[in-house]
Amino acid sequence: MTDTLLRTAAAKRMFNPDMRALSPFIALIVLAILGAVINPDFLTASNILNVVTRSAFIAIIAVGATFVISGGGLDLSVGSMAALVAGFTILTLNNGGAEISTLMLGALVAIGLGAACGLANGVIVTFGRIEPFIVTLGTMGIFRSLIIWLAAGGTITMRNADLRELYRPVYFGSIAGIPVPIVVFLAVAAIGAVILYKTAFGRHVIALGSNEDVARYSGVPIWRVRTLTYIIQGICVGIAVLVYVPRLGSATPTTGLLWELQAITAVVIGGTALRGGIGRIWGTVVGAIILELVANIMVLSNFVSEFLVGAVQGAIIIIAMLVQRSLQRGR
Amino acid sequence: MRETALKLAAAASLLAGLTTGAVAQQKTVTIGVSIPAATHGWTGGVVYHAQEAAKQLEKTYPGLKVVVKTSPDGAAQANALEDLSAQKIDALVVLPFNSDELTNPVREVKKGGTFVTVVDRGLKDTSIQDIYVAGNNPEFGRVAGKYMADTLKTGNVVIFRGIPTVIDEERVTNFEKALEGSGVKVLDKQYANWNRDDAFRVMQDYLSKHPKIDAVWASDDDMALGVLEAVRQAKRDDIKFVLGGAGMKEMIKRVMDGDKMIPADVSYPPAMIATAMTVTAAHFFTNAPMRGTYVLNAQLITKGNAKDHYFPDSSF
Repeated sequence: MTDTLLRTAAAKRMFNPDMRALSPFIALIVLAILGAVINPDFLTASNILNVVTRSAFIAIIAVGATFVISGGGLDLSVGSMAALVAGFTILTLNNGGAEISTLMLGALVAIGLGAACGLANGVIVTFGRIEPFIVTLGTMGIFRSLIIWLAAGGTITMRNADLRELYRPVYFGSIAGIPVPIVVFLAVAAIGAVILYKTAFGRHVIALGSNEDVARYSGVPIWRVRTLTYIIQGICVGIAVLVYVPRLGSATPTTGLLWELQAITAVVIGGTALRGGIGRIWGTVVGAIILELVANIMVLSNFVSEFLVGAVQGAIIIIAMLVQRSLQRGR
Repeated sequence: MRETALKLAAAASLLAGLTTGAVAQQKTVTIGVSIPAATHGWTGGVVYHAQEAAKQLEKTYPGLKVVVKTSPDGAAQANALEDLSAQKIDALVVLPFNSDELTNPVREVKKGGTFVTVVDRGLKDTSIQDIYVAGNNPEFGRVAGKYMADTLKTGNVVIFRGIPTVIDEERVTNFEKALEGSGVKVLDKQYANWNRDDAFRVMQDYLSKHPKIDAVWASDDDMALGVLEAVRQAKRDDIKFVLGGAGMKEMIKRVMDGDKMIPADVSYPPAMIATAMTVTAAHFFTNAPMRGTYVLNAQLITKGNAKDHYFPDSSF
């Protein structure tokens, strides 16, 4: 499980690239070619930018999930958490005027509440010694009900039209031709990669995911590291919400439904082991793009009946994983 | 329209109630109302209208008590039905979560001699119900299709489907049937799960795929909102309008204000629960015959009649 860390010397690795790390990228290229064959419109700049921009929420959340999962945990509550954080953020924004300061306050609330939700998950998992699956299944229900209650079953909408226009560029704007959400998720992934690969904390996460007992005997502060992974997850949800809210300016009880499964799928497609011990941030980002790409190709294709879209999507994901596995065996 | 009709009915029954009530002893009647909890916009509207109607009816008919219970899922609703019948209700108004699960629990209530009114989703055994009130899904599709055919004459439209259900199937097939023989062609149809985010995603893809789209049948107001954002982002001016459905207050407001992109909407009113409660109460307090099936029209809402469909206090 620690093979990626210790097995090969750096120089050797350079000439003999780790296929497991590369395979998500290969799958992405294959899918892109498939898309281009199915519909020439697929390769237009606007379509590609749309798809990558749309994958931003899942990508950002999945970067956090990479920490949780490679540390041997699991967080099922992220979708509900995103909805709750979005609701609270909008309520905060509705209390202020159309100024940058209101947006900053909203950002603070989003990230603070996300971190607090993550802290709650982490503390219950570590101190309560309960399976993360059960804990986060519970908080998933709690967060979801809270947003339904806040919205009274309806919609929480940004009421100030001027503020909405001010905030809109965070999803629809671009920096040097690159849409802002893409810039944000690249930045989040870069920071995540530095933390996971270059810091003692990152190595502790991997050690914890590989073997908790060994990590404990080696002096890794188990509870702190584990709780921190959930807090990072919460902060990532907060950041994702900040990019999500300006798109439609509202949160509904169906916001973020099933995002947890998409995030976990993105993480696994990216090469992170679901049992922990291996974490790949960039693979995760590619995984999130692959998910969105598959959905896009389905709509662009003319020969898949709308009744069968789900089946074809599922099949493509499984085939992509099989191709990845065979690449790893072939080396 | 519908609200005035309701008021008329209420007023008529009030008169009838007064005349008979003056002779008879004042009687006490308890109506139990079992509905899904507010888990999305439309059911949120159902809860709002049920509570409003309960207040109104209790004021109209002294002696009437209305108990409204919401349940988060089918099993919880079955329990709620048991609780309600334990309270000795005279009538039950129920909007079942699903037909299969709740047919038997409702039958049990009926066996105790309770008057049963079923709303929207029918039971498997229709002999249980005394009154059935429902929206008209085939009509919902037909009205939308006819509007498209009449306004566009010729052109290309794209369809947004909801969640794969009988309701969705009835709406879409009748929409397409209404377009037959007209110059309006359906370019594409995809599921977007009655969800804003999914509709945004699908609309972006439609815009990449089809160079010219004349109109969008979003078939639902939530989906219409997602569609509008995607159109705005793409800065495409070939799309003349987006037709939603259900009657969300934000969309009705836009129709009222004369928004060019939202010239109309098709109703599928959550207030049908109020219709059912009113008819049920009238059964006890008037001499007018009430048993039967009531199918509410799916109305085309345009600038002219939008204000009759606008409930600013509702969450939906």
